[in-house]
Amino acid sequence: MRIIIRRLAFYIATAILAVTVVFFIPRLMPGNPVEAVLAQLHGTVTPATIRSLELQYGLNNPEGLWGQYLTYWSHLLHGNLGVSTSYYPSTVTSVIRSALPWTLGLVGVATIISFVLGTLLGILVAWRRGTWLDNLLPATTFFQAAPYFFVAFLALDLFSTRLGWFPSGRAYGQLDFPGWNAAYIGDVLDHAILPAATIVLCSAAGWIVGMRNVMVTTMDEDYVLVAMAKGLAKRRVVWYAARNAILPSVSGFSLAIGFVVSGALLTEIVFSYPGLGWILLQAVGARDYPLLQGIFLIITFAVLLANLAADSVYVFLDPRTRQEA
Amino acid sequence: MSIGTGTDLGGTGLGGVGVGGAGTGGSDPASEPIGGPLQPPVLAPGRARRMQLPRSPKIVAGLVILIVFLIMAIVGPIVAPYDPSASLSTTNGTPQPPSAAHWLGTTQTQQDVFSQLLVGARSTILVALLSGVAATILSVLIGVSAGYLRGRWADDFLSMLANFFLVMPALPLLIVIFGFLPPSQNTDDVLIGLIIAITGWAWGARVLRAQTLSLRSRDYVESARIIGERGWRVIGFEILPNLAPVVASSFLFTVLYGVGTYTALAFLGLINPLHWSWGSMLFEAQGSSAEISGYWWWYIPPGLAVAFLGTSLALLNFGIDEFINPRLRAAGVTRRRAKKAGDKGLPRRFELGVTPVVRTTAPGSTPAAAGAAMADRTQEQPS
Amino acid sequence: MTANPPLLEIRGLRVDYGAGPDAVHAVVDADLVLRRGEVLGLAGESGSGKSTLAYAAIRLLRAPGMITGGEVLYYPEPGRPVDLLSLDEAELRGLRWSQIAVVLQSAMNALNPVLTIGAQLTDVLQAHETGMNPAARRARAAELLSMVGITADRLGSYPFELSGGMRQRVMIAMALALEPQIVILDEPTTALDVVTQREILEELTALRERLGFAVLFITHDLSLLVEIADSIAVMYAGRLVERAGAEELFRSPRHPYTLGLLNSFPALHGPRRYMTGIPGSPPDLRMLPVGCVFHPRCQFAMDRCREKSPPLEQPGAAALLRGGAPPEPPGIAGPAKPASGGPRVAGQWPDGSGRLVACWLQDGSAKPPPELALPEAGAARGGQPDGTLPVRAAGTDDPSLAPSIAAPDPGSQS
Repeated sequence: MRIIIRRLAFYIATAILAVTVVFFIPRLMPGNPVEAVLAQLHGTVTPATIRSLELQYGLNNPEGLWGQYLTYWSHLLHGNLGVSTSYYPSTVTSVIRSALPWTLGLVGVATIISFVLGTLLGILVAWRRGTWLDNLLPATTFFQAAPYFFVAFLALDLFSTRLGWFPSGRAYGQLDFPGWNAAYIGDVLDHAILPAATIVLCSAAGWIVGMRNVMVTTMDEDYVLVAMAKGLAKRRVVWYAARNAILPSVSGFSLAIGFVVSGALLTEIVFSYPGLGWILLQAVGARDYPLLQGIFLIITFAVLLANLAADSVYVFLDPRTRQEA
Repeated sequence: MSIGTGTDLGGTGLGGVGVGGAGTGGSDPASEPIGGPLQPPVLAPGRARRMQLPRSPKIVAGLVILIVFLIMAIVGPIVAPYDPSASLSTTNGTPQPPSAAHWLGTTQTQQDVFSQLLVGARSTILVALLSGVAATILSVLIGVSAGYLRGRWADDFLSMLANFFLVMPALPLLIVIFGFLPPSQNTDDVLIGLIIAITGWAWGARVLRAQTLSLRSRDYVESARIIGERGWRVIGFEILPNLAPVVASSFLFTVLYGVGTYTALAFLGLINPLHWSWGSMLFEAQGSSAEISGYWWWYIPPGLAVAFLGTSLALLNFGIDEFINPRLRAAGVTRRRAKKAGDKGLPRRFELGVTPVVRTTAPGSTPAAAGAAMADRTQEQPS
Repeated sequence: MTANPPLLEIRGLRVDYGAGPDAVHAVVDADLVLRRGEVLGLAGESGSGKSTLAYAAIRLLRAPGMITGGEVLYYPEPGRPVDLLSLDEAELRGLRWSQIAVVLQSAMNALNPVLTIGAQLTDVLQAHETGMNPAARRARAAELLSMVGITADRLGSYPFELSGGMRQRVMIAMALALEPQIVILDEPTTALDVVTQREILEELTALRERLGFAVLFITHDLSLLVEIADSIAVMYAGRLVERAGAEELFRSPRHPYTLGLLNSFPALHGPRRYMTGIPGSPPDLRMLPVGCVFHPRCQFAMDRCREKSPPLEQPGAAALLRGGAPPEPPGIAGPAKPASGGPRVAGQWPDGSGRLVACWLQDGSAKPPPELALPEAGAARGGQPDGTLPVRAAGTDDPSLAPSIAAPDPGSQS
């Protein structure tokens, strides 16, 4: 338990660092961010907009750097991430709130499926060494190297445009009425399959290779030989080995989650999925800095949270960590 | 705290799965990931081994593909048939499929895709290599120093720094940085490479730190220190040569990371689209909904190029992995070797826990028979 | 002493690592007999093939090891052998642990680090269908732990929470869970300190007396075997070079390698002397010498040794065939039984009784050197005045014990 608390402290420190980074970047970059934003805004620009931008970026601000920093923090803790310039006058929080559930659903589910599938396949490939399954490995390197959005392109072109099996984007058909009814949910699933499959395909490869490598090493351990010598059923022996081999995978999950999230966001863009990725693209195009910063913070917090969850699972799985060193 | 079996690295490859190694102590446990610091495989002690990469097909394939791309990067802009930015016709608004004049077809504004691919290769590969080199240098400096100075505050600080960067999601951070970068600056390949390197060094640093820690306690390093060799000499001559395979693997990994990240950034439009790269091609393609309209010649070449470049790096990485950890090499008795042995009865693969019985002598040729044979022999001799 | 019926017979076993011309012959023509209730010691240097032999016999050898010849017969009841080499996986599984159990060399790695001790003790009870419910299994696990002197509250502990000695004891308890007929101990005390070694050995002896299982004890420490083994087999470079009763081997080694091993550890009693070892180092199994594998390191090597490899047979047997002196008296090992049917023939005694050596010096054609000959009749049963077996015999000045290297013994038989 003490370990989890220590990790929590570390993640909080990282979060603080992230907020600080986000606060300082616009002030460190050459050029005037306000002008850059104004160059992007094509609509009417009121003096109020300019004033709020200036306040946000510390120009002509009477508070001084430290004061602005504290103000930023107090806003943050109140859930105020600023006002979006491209979705003006909506707040950043409200924009993110409308997109977040879609991302959480898609990316969350896809990542879990990918991890489970990849781990199981990795165990299988390691156990059945010397069979045709070994040939899977070079194939997985291709999918690991291919960018998520490229695979998304392929999936869209092949399965949607040409074969017409799946819709070509968005989270649900535009004529549907959202609600908890079967038709709507079915439609949502229908739209989610291609993006989810893309994410799973691209990220599972990493788990497969990683798990296989660790399993191969684990199977050489004495306790696996003892398990065979005990006359235990084959399945049990595999379980004994996998129970140990999964530990580095879980530990690696924390590291990989950042990559997976990034890739998933890009996938969303290709599929015009109304999640954070899509919003992100709009924000970049419009140089909507408040929104950009807000999205970055939310993503960072989510990744840190996922890390914490993975760490907790690890402590649960490995009794040696509970040893108060 | 001691964790894991503490033996070999599961794979320095992709997907970010490392191996929880034995606790090596010294650094701040709070910032240490729970799996423990990575414990890479223990390399043979003594002087650096001569690097003889086994000639596996994976390495050969990876090298060939990589060399092709390097050539493309160097001569691409010179041999490109057209100016990639030039619209060859202002009236036709539909991308044209591949033809004799345009090997990879055209874009919506009638730009030649093949030329874009060739010209874009240079920037993409240059940024990737730059980010790889910079990130590797950073990770060596930070990782080896932290490992060498184990236990002191410098090690704690550097480890904490590495862990921060490792946990922070890279792409969103880069998006924010590049988003705020003025457009005039964001076409400089060197700057782009350096910025990407800032997010890519942490992984290698951690691996190198763990490996340095393990090497540092070896006898030959200790003896070098005892006889008074300066720190940097010990690092340079005793430790670094043994780190070579890990550094090489880390370099390949960061180059791969660089390619993917740069392509993603360009795809998002954060890099000036006039600065040609494979990512910017995909940005344009996405903007014109190429995938929905079926203009495959527009988005497949750049995507495949990135994928193949990445695959070649991954294959090379595999090869180095197998070199470091011989257990990962292809298992079992390969058919070719079995045929050479002339034994048709050889098992195709070894089942764990059940030793196969492959008789080369017939059962029953026990010593009883041998004894009888000997009796026959000796009876022939005169007493 | 060795009148018990055989439990495990290994005949002509050959084990290779790898296949084809590059194969390493780790074990060549090994013959062993383990009898009911007996402790058979298997001694040799690292790389001599002793562990390979034992693991191969129960088909537990890791890849790329494979068995290329021979038979391994297990007698669950006398006269009804089961050929372990021809069993399929399911049959092997049923036999394993319930009949033959193994205690691996280093308990550090032999216990699963993420499972409790209790779980690792009860999983065999579950797997082999003893029909026990969880409570009964737990009770049995506690009973097993108490047998090796560990309290039942340790059932919930993890391996990393135990000391090295405790872990080894848990391994032993685990091996006895199904009360097997044979327990193979692979260097059980090598990784432990001497005091713990002693405790473990005493516990083992007590358990053996209580449960009556046979033990195949693998070790490089011959001095250990002399104490607890009934008979000892010595291996070198994958071959058996000598086999005899423990006391007999200790007093009168017949093979130069055995002599060298015995001379390699110091005596607790008697005057100090220089220790000789065995010059040279064990051979590379891929490049074995022609003829007797030991001849490059043997101080008694003759020309014949450099040409032909000696068979494993009773000392003096060849001489009998040529009408020379009758074979030696059987010694402590008990009367030598002839092979079934016919007159006494040279070569192997298939039932394993009697002494066996693989050395040209012992085939009876000439007198063996005094170090390798039988001691005088009176000395054959000698011992300390208080009746205990001396830790070392050779090299001392006590004439009641075997002769030292320096002084020739005119009374030795050939």
